Amino acid sequence: MGRKLLLDKAHVENIRSYDVYRREGGYRSVEKALKTLSPEQVTEEVKKSGLRGRGGAGFPTGMKWSFLAKPEGVPRYLVVNADESEPGTFKDRYLMEFIPHLLIEGMIVSSFALGSHRSYIYIRGEYSWIVDILEQAIIEAKNNGWLGKNIQGSGFDCEIYVQRGAGAYICGEETALLESLEGKRGNPRIKPPFPAVKGLWDCPTVVNNVETIAAVVPIINEGGDEYAKIGTGKSTGTKLISACGNIKKQGVFEIDMTISVEEFIYSDEYCGGIANGKKLKACIPGGSSVPILPANLLLKTAKGETRMMTYESLADGGFQTGSMMGSGGFIVLDEMQCVVRHTYTLARFYRHESCGQCSPCREGTGWMEKILLNIEKGKGKMTDIDLLWDIQRKIEGNTICPLGDAAAWPVAAAIRHFRDEFEWHVLNPEESQRRNYGLANYAQPLQVVA
Amino acid sequence: MAEEKKLFKVTIDNITIDVAPGTSILNAARQIGGEVTPPAMCYYSKLQGSGGKCRTCLVEVAAGSTADPRPMPKLVASCRTNVMDGMVVKNITSERVLDARAGVVELLLINHPLDCPICDQAGECHLQDLSYEHGREGTRYEFTRRTFEKEDIGPYIQLHMTRCILCYRCTYVADQLTDTRVHGILDRGDHAEISTYISKAIANDFSGNMIDVCPVGALTDRTFRFKNRVWFTKPVDAHRDCPTCCGKVTIWNRGDEVLRVTARKDQWGEVQSYDGKPGWICNTCRFDKKNLSDWVIEGPMEVNRHSVISANHYVGAVKPQETITEVMGRPPKLLMDIHKISDVNKPEVDLSAIPGPPTSETYEGNPRAIGHNPTDEKANEQGIGTTK
Repeated sequence: MGRKLLLDKAHVENIRSYDVYRREGGYRSVEKALKTLSPEQVTEEVKKSGLRGRGGAGFPTGMKWSFLAKPEGVPRYLVVNADESEPGTFKDRYLMEFIPHLLIEGMIVSSFALGSHRSYIYIRGEYSWIVDILEQAIIEAKNNGWLGKNIQGSGFDCEIYVQRGAGAYICGEETALLESLEGKRGNPRIKPPFPAVKGLWDCPTVVNNVETIAAVVPIINEGGDEYAKIGTGKSTGTKLISACGNIKKQGVFEIDMTISVEEFIYSDEYCGGIANGKKLKACIPGGSSVPILPANLLLKTAKGETRMMTYESLADGGFQTGSMMGSGGFIVLDEMQCVVRHTYTLARFYRHESCGQCSPCREGTGWMEKILLNIEKGKGKMTDIDLLWDIQRKIEGNTICPLGDAAAWPVAAAIRHFRDEFEWHVLNPEESQRRNYGLANYAQPLQVVA
Repeated sequence: MAEEKKLFKVTIDNITIDVAPGTSILNAARQIGGEVTPPAMCYYSKLQGSGGKCRTCLVEVAAGSTADPRPMPKLVASCRTNVMDGMVVKNITSERVLDARAGVVELLLINHPLDCPICDQAGECHLQDLSYEHGREGTRYEFTRRTFEKEDIGPYIQLHMTRCILCYRCTYVADQLTDTRVHGILDRGDHAEISTYISKAIANDFSGNMIDVCPVGALTDRTFRFKNRVWFTKPVDAHRDCPTCCGKVTIWNRGDEVLRVTARKDQWGEVQSYDGKPGWICNTCRFDKKNLSDWVIEGPMEVNRHSVISANHYVGAVKPQETITEVMGRPPKLLMDIHKISDVNKPEVDLSAIPGPPTSETYEGNPRAIGHNPTDEKANEQGIGTTK
């Protein structure tokens, strides 16, 4: 049983209320930080902990904080990105819904470290009921002196506001989020300047994921060095994984990044194996935008090592034979699933969510969707597969924000690993409407690539 | 004595130039001119905040700066990336850039109607130029193209959204030149459109500049629509005393009829600046002054001799700068070298130096008298033809 730092108290009865949360040891980190540490020391602890951003990119949080520009007389802001819109990812929702005070506590400590007196939670509009939960938690925290002027007599002021998004995936991109927060159309900004220099209302801003900010609480409570001991290598601490798809137990699991992917999928403690006695065909290990992996490459890396649930191991082999930890949206596909249909669904999503600002993403996502629909409906041609490959190559890396990459990677990975399935769809247009391709050789033992 | 500003040394396609700090790569390349300048569909130097959207100006940065010579991993938008001292940029010398640019052009064109034969912008369309220079011959797109309804936004401008490439320039014009912006981008993704909020008219004195900044035929002048092809008109520079704007314009005539009035454009297709101020013109000058007597004619507009508008344009044709030999170390690849065949297109010959047909002074009863003509002289030397 791995260690739990974020969700260990999540199922205490009434943990949503301040009194229970406080009784269970809540807000200790705020007391510790405000009374015994300086802002620099808090940042130093986070650096030592090796905490990496939990939103998807995995950038070291302490480093991000130290990049924050600190000019005189200019306010700084902390913005928490709760616009969790990646298909397959629902860990932040769980955290905010069941243990909202953890996020508030983490935000107070982080705001103290960054010198932000006004911090924002930008939450996706679809999480309407969680807004009420968070606002209730903020009121309770304020009534008990954890927010507002002169928190607990330390002289530090901080306010937290919750802002709802209007249902756009693109607003999870940090600069689009800031635009939306300012009340504008959620178009990503062109970088540089980065938010750490010019963010919200042109002031230095740090944008962090909900889980990252929540993880600051155990880091301060236990110390950065203690936190860094959990996990393996540069993947320190615990990570929330939201597992879904054809598994027996869907849900949010907190793992300490020492277990293998095989254990995560098949052990009863976590996913409990593939549902209905089927076989594992493929898996997207980190939310819809990261490359899909067939079963053989998922369980073992190309070098034949066991693939672990860590940032490094999931990325082993690059995009050729690896994937990414991403945001922790673990989507499992069994043998009954059709990769072409699945890729089409993702392409449709990205076409719908592209903001339309820069041309490769705006036009390319629509084109890919149409071609994939043709292949799925049995009207595809062999050349369409190469064309798809070419289009995704023209989109990837040429766009303003990572949405272009996010739209290109799933298509690229699907063609890279499941090309025979695409070809089968083209060659057997009628049969492909009646049945799925099945497992083929994806679950076979891995061939070691020299 | 003014403090001397340190200049940044930047190398673009093997040509080194000193530019002021804070210059973008695109503007540095424009100072060099010629083929090394990346195309720009959305960037407009006179509009703050424009650029970065069309991705046609992507370049490769082979070395970030002298202090940090690492190359940038991704291609960068040259219009929004500032130069650093010692930066090495590859534009047409980089295969990667040309490949990406061809991809962007293809993507820009998949939903474009390609209705150039009936489009008023044809001949002065940036997308047309771009696709000639960087596009493919055919399209691989086999689906129905996206279409929108035509919309009249106000009495002077028609919006043809189907042709739009969403460069956002017109929204910047409305933001920066007028008091209130009543149009913007509705919707998102490939169904995003420029529109006024529920078909409102755009009525302000400077709205006509949206037509000038539009790189394609999405915003057209309703007083000029279908009147003429631009290359059949004679553009002349003219001015008038205007109380609201600079009054310096180009009028496009046929005979003594003024077909349309636009602001004067520079070689990048942008409105010219006077004393550092962009020469935007007001709607009165643009739409209401359609008599030659309203204007003081200055002379023929300077036009690039590669442009179709330069057809029959003997005076004021500007020779384009050619850098390809310097950059690539080889002459440009041509299907046919016109210079070997005709002297008329020789770069060193100024077209205005070639005299027209005989005048009453030179005629003197000799039907073949045509004075000095380099082609004829060459023919004479080689003993071809009899012009004397």
